[in-house]
Amino acid sequence: MEPDRRRSLRTLWIGLVAIATGQAGWIAASFLRPRRADASAPALFVAGPVDGFDAGSVTAFPDGRFYLVRLEDGGFLALHRECTHLGCTVPWDAAQHRFVCPCHASQFDITGAVLAAPAPRPLDTYAIRLENGLVKIDLSRRQTRQAFDASQVTS
Amino acid sequence: MPHVKKTPTRAAAKPEVASAPRPPSLVRRIWDSAVLRGPIVPQSDRDRAFVTVHTLLLHLRPVKVPARAIRFTHTFGLGGASLVLLSLLGLTGLLLTLGYQPVPGTAYESVVGIERDVMFGTLVRGMHHWSANLLVLVMVAHAARVFLTGGYHGPRQFNWVVGVFLLLLVLVSAFTGYLLPWDQLSYWAVTISTGMLAYVPLAGESLQRVARAGTDIGPRTLVVFYTLHTSIVPAILVFALAFHFWRVRKAGGVIVPPPRDGEPVDDEKVMFLPHLLVREAMLALVITAVVVVLAAAFGAPLGDRANPGMSPNPAKAPWYFMGLQELLVHLHPIAAVVIVPAVALLALVLLPYITSDDEPAGAWFLSPRARQAALLAAIIAASWTVVFIVPDAALSSRLPSFSGTTGFVARGIVPLGIIAGVLVALARFVRRRHGLTPNETVQAVVVFLFTAFVVVTMVGVWFRGPGMALAWPWQGGH
Repeated sequence: MEPDRRRSLRTLWIGLVAIATGQAGWIAASFLRPRRADASAPALFVAGPVDGFDAGSVTAFPDGRFYLVRLEDGGFLALHRECTHLGCTVPWDAAQHRFVCPCHASQFDITGAVLAAPAPRPLDTYAIRLENGLVKIDLSRRQTRQAFDASQVTS
Repeated sequence: MPHVKKTPTRAAAKPEVASAPRPPSLVRRIWDSAVLRGPIVPQSDRDRAFVTVHTLLLHLRPVKVPARAIRFTHTFGLGGASLVLLSLLGLTGLLLTLGYQPVPGTAYESVVGIERDVMFGTLVRGMHHWSANLLVLVMVAHAARVFLTGGYHGPRQFNWVVGVFLLLLVLVSAFTGYLLPWDQLSYWAVTISTGMLAYVPLAGESLQRVARAGTDIGPRTLVVFYTLHTSIVPAILVFALAFHFWRVRKAGGVIVPPPRDGEPVDDEKVMFLPHLLVREAMLALVITAVVVVLAAAFGAPLGDRANPGMSPNPAKAPWYFMGLQELLVHLHPIAAVVIVPAVALLALVLLPYITSDDEPAGAWFLSPRARQAALLAAIIAASWTVVFIVPDAALSSRLPSFSGTTGFVARGIVPLGIIAGVLVALARFVRRRHGLTPNETVQAVVVFLFTAFVVVTMVGVWFRGPGMALAWPWQGGH
């Protein structure tokens, strides 16, 4: 059955080519896939002693790319410093008592909640742990939120 | 064959050259070995045809071209100008790679070094900068010319799609190159532009991670951008360009305009060499001169070293993306950076397939009445855009915010619906008032949208000051 053998050989070759193409595509895609977050960065950032932060203060930590906020009631919030609009770094304006984005004029209050558009949601936060009188911030995972509520505050 | 005739026209008139043929000179022999025995200075049309066909670069062109098609005001040489600018970019870019180091720690310093320590470094970098910016402008103008002369129907349909792809490639190239100096300008422009990607529903964050080669802009971003800019995009460009030119040739060259009043109706043709070649060479020289003058007079901008902790005020995307950034001020992010660009791109690609192939084409604006309608559309678009932007900026604190579903409806769906309604009304109005054909109506609508986009981009580039508030260009802080 010569034609049969030919046909199955042809099918075999086409199958092999398909598999090879798939493998090459898989290798290329895996190679190009963005890597996991940099594992060398310290996950737990020690900001300092709890008493070192006054109520109603905002302290910038450039190395950790966040602000440590102590609210008037003594509770802590760690705010990611990037504007949720397009990723500009948001400076704290002490005179106006708010974060004002230089890029598109979004404004956030001290809890990170949006005061003025175009930012679509409050500043992202990091989890905080208070251990042995120290404020520690878990930088491994950034939390997004749609609005501010008291459960986000650590005290 | 012209090469058989050893001494062309002028010498043939002398009767005394009847004796033994002189042996060819050394120059002649080298020339003949290089160009398949063509004449050094072609004297007749047969010689010129021979040279055109038998020279590698020239044989890409036809021997004869329609006389009306090479009229300068028909195309303004915009396609050729794009090629000249691309060649300048290739040459200056090649030089720049020899001095540039794509690592955040040294990238900025290496650019400063090119500017300060390298002979003509400032000039070469300036030429690269100005060629790139001019290229984006010239390519858009080229697309506008093709569109407004109706040169995207019939055999040219797919080449329009290829052209859109080429424009996107050039934008990718310009954008990836924007980051390389690693100064405040480039760092924050790329932050903002890639920040726009985060608004794409579902895939946004992964898209952004792919574009930045990580969560933040860092060393990996720089090396990926550098490789895209210097190898991957140029390689794709070369093939796509070759295909584009080949399709132009297969379509019989550029679309031929109808004869003017008093011009003969017949399709007179002229020799490519010298008529078109000389014009093209002249244009290439003029463009090169313009680039050199701009580079020498203004150089290329270089701000302070990139500082991820401090956004400049205002922070702006590269100018060709400022239209999108300006839209973001007014529209819900999903409308501004997903729906509008996606619909615009889709419409642009489908343009040749949703218009009629059977209408006459070739004249600028298709017909005098269509030109009037297009002009009207442009005026309405420019004035209305300004009229809408100014109060929108003033009222922004009173308008509903972007958050939640209400924000998406109020600042996304509703404005887009209004724009769509305006377009439909405009199309009906100009078609009835000016008695337009379907293609001429499409032209008026596209002119309307394009003008609005240009105005929006200009507002973003020149009329946005600190905090992206409206400001006059001379107030500084742009």
